[in-house]
Amino acid sequence: MGGRRTYMLIWAALLLLTAVTLGISFLHLGVGNAVIALSLASVKAALVGLYFMHLRRESALVRAFALAPLLFLALIILGTLSDTLFRK
Amino acid sequence: MTGESSAHGENAGGAGGSARLGIWLFLATELLLFGGLFTAYTVFRLKDPGLFHAGSLRLDRMLGAANTVVLITSSLTVALGLDAIRQGKERALKICLSLTLLLAAAFLGIKAFEYAEHFAHREFPGTDLFFSLYFMMTGLHAIHILAGMVLFAGILWGASARKFSADYHTPVEISGLYWHFVDVVWIYLFPLLYLIG
Repeated sequence: MGGRRTYMLIWAALLLLTAVTLGISFLHLGVGNAVIALSLASVKAALVGLYFMHLRRESALVRAFALAPLLFLALIILGTLSDTLFRK
Repeated sequence: MTGESSAHGENAGGAGGSARLGIWLFLATELLLFGGLFTAYTVFRLKDPGLFHAGSLRLDRMLGAANTVVLITSSLTVALGLDAIRQGKERALKICLSLTLLLAAAFLGIKAFEYAEHFAHREFPGTDLFFSLYFMMTGLHAIHILAGMVLFAGILWGASARKFSADYHTPVEISGLYWHFVDVVWIYLFPLLYLIG
């Protein structure tokens, strides 16, 4: 069964990425730590979304419903920072 | 599953499609619920990086990693359960659901142990801003795990009553989408709280 095989591969990839994330956290890379950890987390989130949540095969409408909230979250965070970062 | 586009077969549109649209809309509200906390985290971390550095070193990253593995594996069992019932395999679905419930309980067990350790070290939600956010974010997440367990217990009960089949499994699929979302939230909480020191 193709589906089951794919799920197992994605699971293995997620575990590998978790191990890499953990390993890198022991190195001292300054800001690099945060950048790498969040990038790897985003790769993991994308794998879960595309394969486990089937966004890869969804209609354009469902994909839009899944992605639009990310835009709003970015707006909330950036909008808030545009205030708090520049307060005197 | 026969081909790429017919993966959802009978429910590509219709009731199954509406249900998926509905749960994604719900997940949008969930994302923004957690989003408020992620925003607070970003603002305060930029304001006081030292506090967050010191705070994250007070967490056990091995336990955090263990819980990440537990949750990712529970997402796999949910995905496999849905795959099973799509082929009409009721027994496999019940096994997958039971494993999911076990893994969810293991996650909460590890989390409870961590909380107990923090309390023993006199680290409480009111200790400082880092621990306020840590307890709020992981607490809200744990409530979602608990809700998922109730959901899956109901699905397992339904499966035992032979309610699901290759033709009808929308509740299994919808609950699964919720569970994967909760998994994704943790995928971000783990590095943000445990690793960014």
